[in-house]
Amino acid sequence: MSSVDTQDALLHVQGLTVAFSSRFGEQKAIDAVSLHIDRGEIVGLVGESGAGKSTIGAAVMGLLPGSGRIVAGSVTFAGERVDQLDDNSWQQWRGNRVSMIFQDPQTSLNPLITVGDQLEETIRQHADISGDEARARALALLDDVGIHDAQARLEDYPHTFSGGMRQRVVIALALCTDPDLIIADEPTTALDVAIQQQVLDLIRKLAQERQIGVLLITHDIGVIAEVTDRVIVLQGGRVRESGATAQVLGQPAHEYTQALMAAVPRLDRRLERFTGIVAEQDAATTSTWQVKGASDQFAMDWLLADRGGVDGTADDVHDPILDIDAISVVFGARRGGLFGVGQSDGFVAIDDVSFSVKAGGTLGLVGESGSGKSTIAKVLTGLVTPSAGSLRFEGELLPTGRARSRRHTSRRRLQMIFQDPYSSLNNRHRVERILAEPLAQYAHVTVARDRRRLVASMLDLVGLPQRSLLRYPHQFSGGQRQRIAIARALLARPVLLIADEPTSALDVSVQAEVLNLLKDLQDTFGLSLLFISHDLAVVRQMADDIVVLRKGRIVEAGNSDAFFRAPSSDYGRELLELSPSTGLLVSPA
Amino acid sequence: MTTGAHTPVTGWRARIIENEFLYEYLRSPVAVLASLVAAAGVLVALFAPLIAPTDPYDIGAIDILDSLVPPAWTESGDERFLIGTDDQGRDLLSAILYGTRLSLLVGCLSVGFASVLGVSLGLIAGYVGGRTDALIMRIADVQLALPAILTALLVDGVARGLMPAEAHGRLMLVVLTVAIGLSLWVDFARTARASTLVEREKEYVQAAEVMGVHPMRILLVHILPNVMGPILVILTIDLAVAILLEATLSFLGVGVPPDQPSLGTLINIGTDYLFSGEWWIVLFPSLALIILIVAINLVGDFLRDWFNPALR
Repeated sequence: MSSVDTQDALLHVQGLTVAFSSRFGEQKAIDAVSLHIDRGEIVGLVGESGAGKSTIGAAVMGLLPGSGRIVAGSVTFAGERVDQLDDNSWQQWRGNRVSMIFQDPQTSLNPLITVGDQLEETIRQHADISGDEARARALALLDDVGIHDAQARLEDYPHTFSGGMRQRVVIALALCTDPDLIIADEPTTALDVAIQQQVLDLIRKLAQERQIGVLLITHDIGVIAEVTDRVIVLQGGRVRESGATAQVLGQPAHEYTQALMAAVPRLDRRLERFTGIVAEQDAATTSTWQVKGASDQFAMDWLLADRGGVDGTADDVHDPILDIDAISVVFGARRGGLFGVGQSDGFVAIDDVSFSVKAGGTLGLVGESGSGKSTIAKVLTGLVTPSAGSLRFEGELLPTGRARSRRHTSRRRLQMIFQDPYSSLNNRHRVERILAEPLAQYAHVTVARDRRRLVASMLDLVGLPQRSLLRYPHQFSGGQRQRIAIARALLARPVLLIADEPTSALDVSVQAEVLNLLKDLQDTFGLSLLFISHDLAVVRQMADDIVVLRKGRIVEAGNSDAFFRAPSSDYGRELLELSPSTGLLVSPA
Repeated sequence: MTTGAHTPVTGWRARIIENEFLYEYLRSPVAVLASLVAAAGVLVALFAPLIAPTDPYDIGAIDILDSLVPPAWTESGDERFLIGTDDQGRDLLSAILYGTRLSLLVGCLSVGFASVLGVSLGLIAGYVGGRTDALIMRIADVQLALPAILTALLVDGVARGLMPAEAHGRLMLVVLTVAIGLSLWVDFARTARASTLVEREKEYVQAAEVMGVHPMRILLVHILPNVMGPILVILTIDLAVAILLEATLSFLGVGVPPDQPSLGTLINIGTDYLFSGEWWIVLFPSLALIILIVAINLVGDFLRDWFNPALR
């Protein structure tokens, strides 16, 4: 814990407690949180979803949603109590002294007004100056945040800017009022690594040059390590640990911080498993209700029976199970409509891509957004028809797109795990029905009672209580839902799993659990895995081989260890360097 | 959010709090009141033969000398007829009870017909897309260009032309159902299509497609339950519209024959006597109609708000 000097602090929060009233009664979201920020200092607020990070930001701004209110504690800004101001004065204070940067630059700019006009309007609301002066100031701000050719871009609409440039504009907008404090809520979460780095550098630079205090709210330890001076670790609305960033991340004192650090995937080496993480616990995981005869062993035997007793350690481990040969995908190519209007050559999403997945191995497919990673997954599952190239699966030619019949064996032997566990399960079906679908579809098990026994056993195998089968998906957390999705894929008895960003929607500790589960399943059943991700550190933990995609083309392919030691392409090197460094992190005990 | 001191609640109260829908419903006095009124309307309609003082279909029980008797509390009222009689000497209260029954029956049948037709077409249009979608939605556009009354009049006219007069009387219910249903299906088709377009992009649908699940099963088992929310809302609101349409058609004389009381025919009869001072014949059926429609609409509004989290 660091000592607090109230006199110097720009923002000083003492014992802040926020409660929300809901149909379940009054609930504390924030419990006695204290923090302080000095001028020119970047303070990180880190925690997993539900930790109350954003609520603290909102409480400081006086922007608590709906039924939330401050029950105890104080917010002092430059020596002045603000939490007792009435709404009007608070708004005035907020407008002049504090700015916010939100996660999604898409929605924080008005798409119908030019960037110049938006800046000008905000500037003139806070300063009594002429239009020309405001214009000049807007220009200077755009220059400051690193927009090239700012003069010309003043006249452009937000949609003509790329994601990173748009976030720069949002930052310029936040600077319009010449604030003393900026609250940045997940400012880089929606951005690719290369751009994330630039935006973080910009925030750092502005904080130093203009002596602005920054409260950086994020779930990403890498970002915290990169840019903050001090960090506060939150869990369940309480401060678990706080202090200088290097100190907290390097030698975590609290067991929660230790578990959190253990779950962060490391870029510099591959771990067999994540150890020392704390498993998710709630009412759903503590039930002892059981289906008769169901056990994880039963599910395991059932899965192994399909392989004729041969598990992943067989001799043919290194034969490719899936061959992708010169696949290209073109979207939106059209013949002309009436009178040849609207003819177009289309957009090339995948350009002549070839690689193969070894049986029993894991291939990591890496790339930034728009690189065509997910399109390849859709080609493999038959959702997208490639314009050229061929696929071979288990040595046989695999028909593409619509040519693949619904009864084709690959429908069963090749399964997919989707990115968003909140949309990949049908919310209107109970878990039992969701999991029974593959059993009925492939006629594995036709008797209802046997089906229930197997479904319950599979839940056991993926680490969920058997009682889960009576519940609906919305009653589970993201990580638990992803376990259900994995169970559904396993019940098809696949040989190849395609996992498209399976953990990017999850908290870091839950991510570690899901990655552990995938590794365990692979070890036990010799599953082959195509692991798609934008996160190099995660791929490092999973992949034997790696393929780097950029704009639909393969930039680099080869052994994963070799790639992380010394990438052979410039782009690969760039990606590695830009990934948030975890150099500060200690090795887990 | 996390942690916090729950006030310990048990029993049925806890169950209400667990169930978000029930909780919101019980918090909204308008919704509770409206659904009670609507439920009362349905009950009254169902048990009309048990409640009604007389049977307006029983010609033997009707005395033409009792015609145009004013409500019981007026000077020349008759205590046998609480709210008076109509021009044929039928007890108005009984006629309204039986009329509500007929109106609700026609409303439910035609909305049922419209929803099955509209939702099926909408699901197919949204899921298949392309030319099928274009064809179905252009037909819907043509349908929208025809006013509902015109469609209904058209169907009724064609039915009259094709069928002998007495058959028409018997098949009135079918003709009305088709006539009103045809003018209402577009709402359902458009809503189902729009929701299907959203749902089919979701990963659970892709998951089913990857597995090779039959498209019919994907539509009925996976997508349909997920698009039911907005359709339920249209169902209630269109029920009110259908009852109104039936009343309008009956009022215009192309709906239910005058010897079978529906709310529309009663109002139609009433307007003939409005200016000669017999106000009760038009007033009471109109009140019954208005209360029923408003109640159903309020229930529909509540459902719409419930299914649209942005409005909550």
